[in-house]
Amino acid sequence: MKLIYYPGCTVKNHARNFDVSTVSSMERLDVEVEELSRWNCCGTVHCLASDNLINRVAPVTNLIRVKEAQASEFMTSCAMCYNTLKRANIDVKKRADALETLNEFMYLEETKYAGDVEVLHLLEYLRDRVTFEKLAARVKKPLAGLKVACYYGCLLVRPKEVAFDDVENPTIMEDLIRALGATPVPFPLKTDCCGAYHTVGKPEIIAERTDKIMGSAHEEQADLVIVSCPLCAYNLDFRQEDARRLNPDFHHLPVLYFTQLMALAFGCDESALRFDLHHIDPKPALAGLGLA
Amino acid sequence: MASTTLRITSARLRSPFVAQVEKISGQKLLACYQCGKCSAGCPMAAHMDILPNQIIRMAQLGMHEQLLACEAIWTCVSCMTCNTRCPKDIRIAEVIESLRGAVLRTGQRDDHLRIQEIDADVRTNLPPIAMISALRKLAS
Repeated sequence: MKLIYYPGCTVKNHARNFDVSTVSSMERLDVEVEELSRWNCCGTVHCLASDNLINRVAPVTNLIRVKEAQASEFMTSCAMCYNTLKRANIDVKKRADALETLNEFMYLEETKYAGDVEVLHLLEYLRDRVTFEKLAARVKKPLAGLKVACYYGCLLVRPKEVAFDDVENPTIMEDLIRALGATPVPFPLKTDCCGAYHTVGKPEIIAERTDKIMGSAHEEQADLVIVSCPLCAYNLDFRQEDARRLNPDFHHLPVLYFTQLMALAFGCDESALRFDLHHIDPKPALAGLGLA
Repeated sequence: MASTTLRITSARLRSPFVAQVEKISGQKLLACYQCGKCSAGCPMAAHMDILPNQIIRMAQLGMHEQLLACEAIWTCVSCMTCNTRCPKDIRIAEVIESLRGAVLRTGQRDDHLRIQEIDADVRTNLPPIAMISALRKLAS
């Protein structure tokens, strides 16, 4: 049985390193992933107004596509897509009248949505279906000596309804990188918000957030930070120059997707890592430990 | 920000504005007893002119002119930290979204982010996830 994979817009653009490392790693784990046919943008944010149904059209259309692929579940690696798709799904499952209105509005769709698709994040799929024991058994190049700060941000753990780990102190990424042979460092700011879309109009907010979050990782002597969200990745990586201007003592650290560490530990080649897409080059930090 | 001095009257407490905020957000504003936990954990608090607990208090009191003119409702990024920590299970982020909506849904459609004012180079370099989410939250 193939696992349906929803990549999302940024994963196919600026974050192609997230895409290729996900697909390559899953291959090493014997999981056949199939990209969802005719997927569209998830909408990126969940509208919080109770009377706004139009913003549910984008996520629910994707759930319809999953049904049309003869599947009852699918996986996404992007934390923002996961959050938006999952919350829309929870919302329409709870409100039968809202779902009926949506189906009526999308009358051109041949398939009606009935709340019968489950949204999975890659991390929970790895923990619950693949298991971290199997993951550890597939490691060819253990990431020995690598100290990693695992950054969750908002979207994997909030709100409570979408969290697949502890809301205040998640440890799923730490468990994953331990299986890869790396060492997690304590990281008190791991669920602090990076400032998200303020990167468009108020980059000074992101500079302050990046300085605090990456500064905390550096204080804990992390070699790098891992993430699951392309917006967090952009803010924490590409806004480091702004953080440096704000705080001359700011220390640059590379930001990677957790899937890139998997691909590295599984012995995938450089085309599965795409370190060329990073602002802060991860190679020096990895080369010091004989990992790149 | 304008003066926050206010004469509390029953007309304000039962104003259509308070009813609208409660309806769109799905929250009972009077459940809040001002413990301040939302503001204590808010990662955006340092950048706000009014703190989240003050937003709830002002919404309870129907201070709609001040609320719709403040910067803080646009600073909130719906990270949900306040929602997960509120001892009364009030969804503060939903209340703030309804306030943004109150501005964006009026006849003026006063967008807080104007795409044409963003430098073309900046626009090109930003990932789609940033542009789409910003426009969905800050523009009508």
